[in-house]
Amino acid sequence: MGGFLNLNRRHFLQGTAAAALAGTTGIRLAQAADVTIGIVYVGPRDDYGWNQAHAVAAKALKSVSGVKVVEEENVPETDACSKTMESMINLDGAKIVLGTSFGYYAPFMVDMAKKYSAVQLRHAAPLWTEKDPKNLGSYFGYLNQAHYVDGVAAGLSTKSNKLGFVAAKPISSVLSNINSFLLGAKSTNPNATVQVIFTGDWSLPVREAEATNALVDAGCDVITCHVDGPKVVIETAEKRGAKTCGHNASQAPLAPKGFITGAEYKWITIYKGYADALAAGKALPNMVSGGYEADMVANSPFGAGCTPEAKKAAEAAIAGLKAKKPIYTAGLKDNKGKVVMDKTYDNLDPYLDQMNYLLEGVVGSIT
Amino acid sequence: MSDSAFAIVFFAIIGGALRVSTPFMFVALGECLTEKSGRVNLGLEGTLVLGAMTAYAVSYHSGYPWLGVFAAGLSGAVLGGMHGYICKLPKVNDIAVGIAMMLFGTGIAFFFGKAYIQPSAPRLESFSLGAWTGNAQITTALQINPLLLVGIVVALLMAWAFANTKWGLIVRMAGDSAPAATAMGVSVDLVRFLSTMAGGFLAGVGGAFLSLFYPGSWNQGLSSGQGLMAVALVIFARWAPVRCIIAALLFGAAGAIGPALQSVGITQGYYFFNAAPYILTLGIMIASAGSKKAMRDVPGELSITK
Repeated sequence: MGGFLNLNRRHFLQGTAAAALAGTTGIRLAQAADVTIGIVYVGPRDDYGWNQAHAVAAKALKSVSGVKVVEEENVPETDACSKTMESMINLDGAKIVLGTSFGYYAPFMVDMAKKYSAVQLRHAAPLWTEKDPKNLGSYFGYLNQAHYVDGVAAGLSTKSNKLGFVAAKPISSVLSNINSFLLGAKSTNPNATVQVIFTGDWSLPVREAEATNALVDAGCDVITCHVDGPKVVIETAEKRGAKTCGHNASQAPLAPKGFITGAEYKWITIYKGYADALAAGKALPNMVSGGYEADMVANSPFGAGCTPEAKKAAEAAIAGLKAKKPIYTAGLKDNKGKVVMDKTYDNLDPYLDQMNYLLEGVVGSIT
Repeated sequence: MSDSAFAIVFFAIIGGALRVSTPFMFVALGECLTEKSGRVNLGLEGTLVLGAMTAYAVSYHSGYPWLGVFAAGLSGAVLGGMHGYICKLPKVNDIAVGIAMMLFGTGIAFFFGKAYIQPSAPRLESFSLGAWTGNAQITTALQINPLLLVGIVVALLMAWAFANTKWGLIVRMAGDSAPAATAMGVSVDLVRFLSTMAGGFLAGVGGAFLSLFYPGSWNQGLSSGQGLMAVALVIFARWAPVRCIIAALLFGAAGAIGPALQSVGITQGYYFFNAAPYILTLGIMIASAGSKKAMRDVPGELSITK
């Protein structure tokens, strides 16, 4: 409904602004040195999750001089996102438009890129290929590295050696987060296992709460998750007295007692890179991705649930990842006993993007 | 499955029934009352979401969660009243109005609810029926919110009132035969207006449970269709308040099966187990539908059966 109302407002603006455009040209020229960046969100900016992670970066971007940010939230993955982007380009003069939701890409952003060749469009998922328009591109972060660090701290924080993971869907990025969390935990606690519950969709608050309760009932004393809005999982776990690791944005305020640390994106690195490139008149890269080594992911500040020992180990792990220490080493088996890592893979190796298994030590199944 | 795993799943299902069922219960009771008077209000999904938002906001500003519950009921009554009033106008279809009210309710809830996604409001307290056992698992599973008990009392009262009071008879008459009610000097429109309003009040209270107890926070995906499912449960319960309670408990219990089985390591086929509530509902519907007895329970004035 939010998008619905905004849409009408946008249409209204399109109509009225066309008449006023002649008068504003002078102002636009005066601002010529500035870069306007448009950011489109699929949900509310303050969801303690995916959208908030982008909004935090947008806010930081606003403080960069010469950069103007226009945002619109609750834009559905329909032609509504085309209309939003179009009005950002035509009315706000956006030179870069960032679409942060998976479903914006095809056909909407692809069409938009063809229609406005002078505007740069970037999308937050690794979907761009050589066949797509050159003013379009992708960016994403390897969040699994931060989940690895979560695991390192969680392995030293658990008493039962059972860690719980509430996951939405068994797609490769989710599986990689689960597997990295496990490997992190095993690196500090060889007896640690990770119990996974798949809820089946990105946002199902009641089932997420049920899953968290079920994990605590089964003896898990550290809970983390990969769902759109981790608020319910973190709050439910806190209420049950379990420790928690976050996901996407900082959930530390939600768990004053049990929060250990959390996996966060650091989109500002990428966004600022875009703004700088455009201001310097350089071409924007079509594909930007990375993890700790490129400063594109981070861990939330350590909370009250984190022991000094766990904090020390986590900081060491972060230093290791910055030095490109591989997470997935040779000989690792999946939880059915098959060897899935024939060699040690670099953290950004494309082979890892195809992940469709859970490693040995994860209790769970992807089907 | 080992004994301890069995115990975990068993208590998770009991706990799930007690935790998840309350919103279904309130919405189903509200819809039951409305349908008994001869109208269908499909808008209760919107009422549930608006109730959840209102309860959270009022609890946050006032510091009294129970005031939030009451405010949620009032917001539901307003939406119900709107539905009741609009349906009174000539040539208006109550189902279409219900769908419009559903979108309206969720829309204004999202609009006003933006400011309340981040803040933390005081929640409703619960007590445990299992504390005497000293067993942590049983104590947690038997956590009960007073609203659950309120729901059960309301259901019993409704069942008694339908069968034994003049008010109950008037509502049933308006729902079964409008001409008969009119001949008796009863204003059918007024009865339906009040029933829809009261039904909205109950659904709003159900929303308060969602945001103030379980899962216990306000966000836009909070309901994800529970209000619609509860409306369907009324048909499943064949318009009997006490059966609404049973249906809601069954539905909540079945919903806990998926996560509970995964937590003890039975992980294959979780999509199937997650669908358990719907499969169960369908199964019982097919088993019970079609009998003459089932048809007898349908209020005669409902636009879906007329």
